[in-house]
Amino acid sequence: MKKLVWFSATIFLFLACSPGKPKEESTEKKDENPVAAVTDPAKGIGQIKNVSLHTPLEFDRVSRGKAVYEMKCSACHKLTDQRFVGPGWLGVTKTRKPEWIMNMVLNVEVMLDQDPEAQKLLELCLTRMPNQNVSIGDARDILEFMRQNDGEK
Amino acid sequence: MKTITIHRVLSILVVLATVVLWQGCKPKAPGSVTTGDAASQAYVAPGKYDEFYNVVSGGFNGQMSIYGLPSGRLFRIIPVFSQFPENGWGYSEETKPMLNTSHGFVPWDDLHHISLSVTKGEHDGRWAFGNANNTPRVARVDMKTFKTVEILELPNSGGNHSSPFITENSEYIVAGTRFSVPVGDNTDVPISSFKENFKGYISFISIDPADGGMKIAFQLKTPGVSFDLARAGKGPSHGWFFFSTYNTEQAYTLLEVNASQKDKDFIMAVNWKKAEEYIKAGKGTTSKAKYAHNVWDESTHTGVSTIMDEVLQLDPAELKDIIYFIPCPKSPHGCDTDPTGQYIVGSGKLAALIPVFSFAKIQAAIANKDFEGEFAGIPVIKYEAALHGEVKKPGLGPLHTEFDNNGNAYTSFFVSSEIVKWNVKTLEILDRVPTYYSIGHLSVPGGPTSKPHGKYVVAYNKITKDRYLPTGPELTQSAQLYDISGDKMKLILDFPTTGEPHYAESIPASLVMPNSTKIYKIEDNKHPYASLGEGMTKVERKGKEVHVYMTAIRSHLTPDNIEGVKLGDEVFFHVTNLEQDWDVPHGFAVKGANNAEILIMPGETSTLKWKPLSTGVFPFYCTDFCSALHQEMQGYIRVSPAGSNVPIKFSTGKIEDQAGGAGQ
Repeated sequence: MKKLVWFSATIFLFLACSPGKPKEESTEKKDENPVAAVTDPAKGIGQIKNVSLHTPLEFDRVSRGKAVYEMKCSACHKLTDQRFVGPGWLGVTKTRKPEWIMNMVLNVEVMLDQDPEAQKLLELCLTRMPNQNVSIGDARDILEFMRQNDGEK
Repeated sequence: MKTITIHRVLSILVVLATVVLWQGCKPKAPGSVTTGDAASQAYVAPGKYDEFYNVVSGGFNGQMSIYGLPSGRLFRIIPVFSQFPENGWGYSEETKPMLNTSHGFVPWDDLHHISLSVTKGEHDGRWAFGNANNTPRVARVDMKTFKTVEILELPNSGGNHSSPFITENSEYIVAGTRFSVPVGDNTDVPISSFKENFKGYISFISIDPADGGMKIAFQLKTPGVSFDLARAGKGPSHGWFFFSTYNTEQAYTLLEVNASQKDKDFIMAVNWKKAEEYIKAGKGTTSKAKYAHNVWDESTHTGVSTIMDEVLQLDPAELKDIIYFIPCPKSPHGCDTDPTGQYIVGSGKLAALIPVFSFAKIQAAIANKDFEGEFAGIPVIKYEAALHGEVKKPGLGPLHTEFDNNGNAYTSFFVSSEIVKWNVKTLEILDRVPTYYSIGHLSVPGGPTSKPHGKYVVAYNKITKDRYLPTGPELTQSAQLYDISGDKMKLILDFPTTGEPHYAESIPASLVMPNSTKIYKIEDNKHPYASLGEGMTKVERKGKEVHVYMTAIRSHLTPDNIEGVKLGDEVFFHVTNLEQDWDVPHGFAVKGANNAEILIMPGETSTLKWKPLSTGVFPFYCTDFCSALHQEMQGYIRVSPAGSNVPIKFSTGKIEDQAGGAGQ
């Protein structure tokens, strides 16, 4: 237990002290992010302000989203609710707003530094989610795949 | 008594004279040549960028290195002609073909000179070229990825020294042999038959303007001499190329003495536009020649080596008006055209003057047939007819000259260990500074182009001696940075360099930095053994080969438990880095590997071959610190005896029940 405390403290210090990468500074748009945060913190921080979802699911998006998941996400996220490197995806569309999910995919550095919910997940998993260079379209497709994974039709 | 006194007086005089002479040649003490604000001029504050990329040849390390100016900080060593276990260059299955030659796999070479690509005579920031002096080759480095993407071998060459100098629009780079050699079917000849059988060859290598692809456009068969350096004409002299030669004595032993007999060797002027005309008119002959052409494919992340079998040649002894010789004093090294393209500066290694030739006068001399005779069937222009003038008493042993944007030249002097600044038109000496010690090449940013950026000159010194903390008999190399923005040159920085730099070029960061590649897109990865996602990982047996399709992402390798390998198998680890973020390479190493590690950039696939020599369980791990849990990024591979029936099995994150519960 003592060891664990030390370990957590070390990680915390490391994260607290770790220098911001130049990329994070450049992608952070100071004029719009706080606004987004103020308008609806549950939508996360980033360029995605509003996502319209359709029922039934857009199945071409689902299949494209699955392909991106398999290439870029599956190494760390399982489709069950089991945490692997990162949290399992089952139920994510029920607990998070679609905008939050897409901002987490597209703007992960800022989200991990500023969004309270993202920071809670980091404390849980202790591995910073990497930027996987996903396009907006691909992120939207991933979201549709997540909805299907959560049982939507 | 009297004689003794005279002797004494004479001895004292000799001693005094020696001291005076010695002090005259000895560079001043370092303290006296740096000024108070020197440090601030070379200082680049934390987090700030340098103004120039300095692309530096590695000499005997066979690589190219990238420094920043004015800080002199080393950013990267780019492996080119030598194996580099640090990232697997020349060890990984994909990079081994890049070092293939007609002599088989060659793991080392000696990279002397750099040429940066130019458009309209100015740096365009696309490619850097380097030459291999030992097993004759040229290489092209892509300035987006800072990776060697092409290597072309040169047939009929004994050692590619006079290379890879470039024409005004990167039409050609050249490759002149340092050693003349017997060629063709008649190569088993007595060395003493040099004059009869040995030939020099100059290759003109065309550069594809779209993708930089290199091809030997033609070779010129030239007399058996040694080619040292070269520069293309520019502006009015575009279409011509100038090569310095030595050993026009055609000596084949003790060149130190026997190749220094003549008062003058030659600068060889080549009218390459004329050569192009002859080729168009079908005057070239195709000769058999075996040489390797190795090209890197960025989509498969793999090099492909092709052995070529013929080359197009022209014989200037028969085809007139392609080449002319110009006498130049004492074994010239540098042969440098000024930014206007009107003047060519020759630098005789053993000379005490610098001849400057005029392109206009050379043309007039050719038109008037103002020749002093012929050498091996090639006309020799009269020295005075080609001469613009001589820089008198500049120093001892001029080697190489570069230029600023104000009509001034900077010449390095090896023997008198100094840089001398002089005016190209008036030939007047303007300033001189000592170097520590014995400078070889020098480099002004943009110095060989039509539009020099000026500002600095870097001295690449050949002797280090007492400049740094000693590290035993073998010392670092000594480079020095001088501010040339004022009338007087000012030493502002010493910086140590790796390998043994010969020539270097510098280019404004603004021409290179915005284009720098950050990742390879995983979607574009066409490597035949890539795993595009963790679900694609597997282990396959093909006879005695076991192929592991592996992925790496922070912070695990998949699969990380592998069984079913048998003694006598060759295991190929094909590792795909699934990361898509800048600066997250992963490394891969396995215990007992007889080659190296591999470093895999984001989105890339790279392969390490491993042949286990004993049974057991062998660890493998990620070698590049990637995350807080980097230390956990590891796995095991089990090797069973040759006849074993352990099946191929692989997994990650799978906990198995073991008989007796030992595994729980």
